[in-house]
Amino acid sequence: MAGKIITITSGKGGVGKTTTTANLSMGLAILGARVICIDADIGLRNLDMMLGLENRIVYDLVNLIEGRCRFRQALIRDKRFPELHLMPAAQTRDKKDIREEDMERIARQAAEMADYVLIDSPAGIEHGFRYSTVAADQVLIVTNPEVTAVRDADRVIGLLEAEGHKNSKLIINRVKPELVRRNEMMDTSAIVDILAIDLIGIIPEDSDILFASNRGSPVVLDKNSAAGQAFREVTYRLQGQDVPFTPLKEPSLLKKLFGLR
Amino acid sequence: MNWMPLSIKGTPQGLLLQPKSQSWTEFLEALKQSLYDAPAFFKGGRVILDLGKRELKEDELLALRKLLNEHDIELFAVLGEDAQTQRTTRSYGIRTRLPGERHSQQRTNEPQVQGNALFLQKTLRSGQSIDFAGTIIILGDVNPGAEVKAGGNIMVWGKARGLLHAGAMGDENAVICALDMQPAQLRIAGYINRAPEGKNYQSQPEMAMVDGTMIVVQPWIARG
Repeated sequence: MAGKIITITSGKGGVGKTTTTANLSMGLAILGARVICIDADIGLRNLDMMLGLENRIVYDLVNLIEGRCRFRQALIRDKRFPELHLMPAAQTRDKKDIREEDMERIARQAAEMADYVLIDSPAGIEHGFRYSTVAADQVLIVTNPEVTAVRDADRVIGLLEAEGHKNSKLIINRVKPELVRRNEMMDTSAIVDILAIDLIGIIPEDSDILFASNRGSPVVLDKNSAAGQAFREVTYRLQGQDVPFTPLKEPSLLKKLFGLR
Repeated sequence: MNWMPLSIKGTPQGLLLQPKSQSWTEFLEALKQSLYDAPAFFKGGRVILDLGKRELKEDELLALRKLLNEHDIELFAVLGEDAQTQRTTRSYGIRTRLPGERHSQQRTNEPQVQGNALFLQKTLRSGQSIDFAGTIIILGDVNPGAEVKAGGNIMVWGKARGLLHAGAMGDENAVICALDMQPAQLRIAGYINRAPEGKNYQSQPEMAMVDGTMIVVQPWIARG
């Protein structure tokens, strides 16, 4: 049976699409699933860095589309989980080098070899967004508790609905509980109220994410991290388990002051 | 935007045109612009010209009919009080009364047949828009960044948060109703109103209409 193709997109840039893709890919691999993640952000290659695989790239997605390599050659095996593979984006090329039908063919081919295919979409609602979502069985929309990000997410959901994607799910990233409590940040229920799609993850703002991204070691691997815990919960939900949302805790004073935990 | 040389509104019998300008040339120019701006609005339709007290000369009538015919629109009737105009009109085989119905100028509590309405059972999201000559009824929300433009009234059975424009062809009697009115902007005919700044807002059914020279929004109370 072919695996499930999941596209991670957002409309707005910088909300955490690539972070989410890296963490969910690795999180699913931790659970023993065969995972292929595809970086579809041609020209702005990042996913390889977050997974710590940058220096292993030989071939990329555009090479594969142009027939310069075989499918397996464009896949990089993760150094921690042998069942996790990355198909990197081309850094020196352009999004117009990919056609929707190419991306669809490659995503389906990947789905034959894996339980989950995660596609990291570029920001925006143009060509890159379209080829990234064309083959998706499910779309995860990442947003932040900011009116601009929510507005763009709403636009994206509307476009996806028009294309017949019915079961998109929402991930709210970078939630700061102390700001929500002080009414200085949109709370998650207000966001879900506007977007009216199912919530699959609430990820707290966590400085660990930054350190982890820079180290190439996604935060989902860190058992003590609140964001890592939230990403692990999303992977359970993707597998169909009904996991309650862990209430977000405000970081302790020590952590706020010194970045300790 | 506040003043237009003509008003256009949808009725069951056809589009009702009312010249607001004393200059016939100005009226025709404005009509030409409307035909150009929204061809789908008029296409294959028929038009009722409502003159009120003003006179219409033969060449003015013919110029209007020619313009409408060029756009595949029938001049269905010319309504007016001036006897000479009525005679001229009838001599060209154009009716001067509407069959059956009396046209009402004011908002009224009488039941009105209002032509076609568009019934939409979905939420309009950011970037989505809907444009219709008659009344629009939405069973769902209008999210921020979405736009609704109706020739007639707008009713939102949900939260109205986007841009809503009723009476978009100049009908100042059009109203906008919503179960929860938090729009970015309301427009009725040529009038524009913004949501008040600040957070003192209550979720309740409200109705917006033109009162004098501005749009007022009031809590909805059913009146006999």
